[in-house]
Amino acid sequence: MFYRENGQFKSSYAADQQLLPILQDRVFMFALVAFAFIVVPLVVTDYVFLSLLIPFLILALAAIGLNLVVGYCGQISIGHAAFMAVGAYAAYNLVLRVPQLNFLVVLVLAGLVAAAVGLVFGIPSLRIKGLYLAVATLGAQFFMDWLFARVKWFTNYAHSGSVQTAPVELFGWSINSPQEKYVFLLAVLIVFTVIARNLVRGHIGRAWMAMRDMDVAAEVIGIRPVYAKLSAFAVSSFYVGVAGALWGFVHLGSWEPAAFNLTLSLNLLFMIIIGGMGSILGSFFGAAFIVVLPILLNQLPQFLGIPMSTAMVSHLEFMIFGALIVFFLIVEPHGLARLWAIGKEKLRLWPFPH
Amino acid sequence: MSQRGNPIGDVILSVEGVSLAFGGVRALTDVSFDVREHEVRAIIGPNGAGKSSMLNVINGVYHPQQGTIRFLGRTYHDMDPHETALAGIARTFQNLALFKGMSVLENILTGRNLRMRANLLLQALRVGPALREEIEHREKVEHIIDFLEIQPWRKTPVGRLPYGLQKRVDLARALAMEPRVLLLDEPMAGMNLEEKQDMCRFILDVNDHFGTTIVLIEHDMGVVMDISDRVVVLDYGKKIGDGTPDEVRASQAVIDAYLGVSH
Amino acid sequence: MKKNWPVLLLCALLLVGLVLPLAAGTTAPGFYVEVLLGGLMTGVLYSLVAMGFALIFKASGVFNFAQGAMVLFAALSVARLAERMPLWAAILIGILIMIALAYVIEWVVLRPLVNQEGIALFMATLGVTFFLDGFGQTVWGSDIYKIDLGIAKEPVMVLQGMFQGGILINKEDVAAALVAMALVAVLAVFFQKTATGRALRAVADDHQAAQSIGIPLNHMWVIVWSVAGIVALVAGVIWGSRLGVQFSVSLVALKALPVVILGGLTSVTGAIVGGLIIGVGEKMAEVFLGPVLVNTFDLAGGGIENWFAYVLALLFLLVRPQGLFGEKHIDRV
Repeated sequence: MFYRENGQFKSSYAADQQLLPILQDRVFMFALVAFAFIVVPLVVTDYVFLSLLIPFLILALAAIGLNLVVGYCGQISIGHAAFMAVGAYAAYNLVLRVPQLNFLVVLVLAGLVAAAVGLVFGIPSLRIKGLYLAVATLGAQFFMDWLFARVKWFTNYAHSGSVQTAPVELFGWSINSPQEKYVFLLAVLIVFTVIARNLVRGHIGRAWMAMRDMDVAAEVIGIRPVYAKLSAFAVSSFYVGVAGALWGFVHLGSWEPAAFNLTLSLNLLFMIIIGGMGSILGSFFGAAFIVVLPILLNQLPQFLGIPMSTAMVSHLEFMIFGALIVFFLIVEPHGLARLWAIGKEKLRLWPFPH
Repeated sequence: MSQRGNPIGDVILSVEGVSLAFGGVRALTDVSFDVREHEVRAIIGPNGAGKSSMLNVINGVYHPQQGTIRFLGRTYHDMDPHETALAGIARTFQNLALFKGMSVLENILTGRNLRMRANLLLQALRVGPALREEIEHREKVEHIIDFLEIQPWRKTPVGRLPYGLQKRVDLARALAMEPRVLLLDEPMAGMNLEEKQDMCRFILDVNDHFGTTIVLIEHDMGVVMDISDRVVVLDYGKKIGDGTPDEVRASQAVIDAYLGVSH
Repeated sequence: MKKNWPVLLLCALLLVGLVLPLAAGTTAPGFYVEVLLGGLMTGVLYSLVAMGFALIFKASGVFNFAQGAMVLFAALSVARLAERMPLWAAILIGILIMIALAYVIEWVVLRPLVNQEGIALFMATLGVTFFLDGFGQTVWGSDIYKIDLGIAKEPVMVLQGMFQGGILINKEDVAAALVAMALVAVLAVFFQKTATGRALRAVADDHQAAQSIGIPLNHMWVIVWSVAGIVALVAGVIWGSRLGVQFSVSLVALKALPVVILGGLTSVTGAIVGGLIIGVGEKMAEVFLGPVLVNTFDLAGGGIENWFAYVLALLFLLVRPQGLFGEKHIDRV
């Protein structure tokens, strides 16, 4: 009975179309953001930052990116980690060769490079659909794997093939400690989330969803399929490229080409399947899930009192992931986001049953 | 059919010698007819006569092997659907091609897409022109929602609506494109008597109020005779009748076709 | 004929590329033929895996990403079982295991998702892949295992008269090719001549129509997945004998994906032809094109064959979106 829209009348279209039309949602979001910025850095341990929160923030960004092209536009891509790699290497080369650039500019440029590459690899989507496209995107993954391992210029001729980065410097502030990294990533994520919500609410978002739901009808309405599909790939790759740059610079610090391999691509896909395709909120849920589950599983042997080798735990992880994917697809194809929405619906009526 | 908002004008759309085949199946053979501005033109014929294919050709979904379409001075035979949409032709679908993942409001708003010009960056920041556009077009869409009396359901996902309402949303989406010509593919299929009367009223209102030229496929003879100005009759992909409802009703060829007399 | 010119042009270009190393006189003819044959042999192995894909897609409309995992699982089972019993017994039990797997997959995954679109089913097979990978390694272990088919491993020198130095041929590869051909023949007979085969083709054409004439859909799916599982077993045994049974087998099986899309998702013939094209293409590219690229761009080593298959498949798709032997999809509005 607290979560109701009663009495909240909108007297303008602008008010009706705002990001968070319900007052309770606005209050909740404000409190959440305040909590995240102010309370968390003071309370949480370094370990939680490094192994949970920081990966979560970056993967959530990547998941939003993948969700835009797969969940909103319906174009499947199973090689998206390749674009993370593009973003990471682009950022590395920019920082290396043009050191005067502000890191935010580097991020945007890295994203743009990734967007351009994504655009090129999105071109097949104009001719082929669905599963054929899935395999073509897989090719992108393997090509990029090879490119960054073989073309020595990208890694600055490093012998081992891996690259190192210095901590990020922004306006004289060195982003070094876990708390600083967390705050920086949180700010970036919030900005990108708002942008994603804006795009999805705008006419480009509707064009994407129309292409996903029924592309022939979308064309008849006057939506240009080329523009819709390629813009989805471009924007999605931009997001994922920025995420890749952040992953390399802020989370990993140093990486080799295998850091952006097929497993990461599949993990991204799982994030949006479990979290909810076509839902920004779902991307957050999915990323949280993927980050938390291995940690939980690692604690499992101690919890149950049964000794298990790390290999065994990793196998178990695979099995649980696989089983969960199938479970979610059967029980709730729209993922955790739908469960959350159902929960909110019930909350609207609580304490009444209907 | 006495008072009209807009008197019937000149020929706005003409189909000339169109032939369409899928592999070995001839869907249309040398069909020609014209449509005048502001009129209500019905296409009728037994099942499988090629009526939907005809609409698809006008719309650009199918490209005929022979023949052309002339619309507002342009001649074409291989335009894509989104080009015909830009030119001013909208349509509804026999099997409802609504976007199931979106609400009623969002579905109808997609009809405004071809008029929304704000670029990606402006949309991302949702400022200035992008924001103004969203509000402007929302107003236009609300006008259509009022017109078709679907206000209570504007935020409902379309998949949850009953069939009759979905048909109305389909119509609303086509109207949102502000077309010169509206192609309606069996707009009253699967409706009961009340729903049919409502839909008839809406179609006539659209014709009157917005001045849209209507080309519709319909099986219900009563409806056809009542609301159309002229009728084209197709059978096995060929045109066998063309004229006012009374003329067509009296034509022997048409009667034979419907009764199944072999010819 | 007019519409086919892009395909013909592409084929012509590829043929030119194929013959180039020989025509340029930079390679010994004997070596060239060896590489060609090597490519064909690899192609046969890809075809074996791709056939399983095509079968499943043809009859149940599911794009089975887990085919590679099935190959690995089958190979693991046979390898480990063969440590305790004669090979033929291990293979027999392996077949039973794959049939059981088909039952489980049909019951747990396919039946609940029967009305969903292709993408959902594809994602489900992604889940099955992960599960099967983890499960297989939990049950059978994750070391590298051997499968000993009793065929001599040393290559044999043939055609010494025709080519200077002769050509090395691997007996295992020849056996693999023969097995593949036999398998294709058996499958062809099965689909064309038996009642079950006809029923499967009916199901592939139209699920609802098949149901309405009394064909039990679920039963058919178990059959198809069992057959695909057996094909996976054959592929797994041959791959495993060649490479050793290890995780990388399932990655190599991913290579079969471009094979099916080049050949056409619904076509077993396409799987075979596609496999050969990809096998030869990527081998040729690795051996002849690779060094050229390495020298021109100062690359750190080869590895072109990791992605060349995809490029080939993509090129074909762009001129023929349904694959070489696939069915064209007409959107009806």
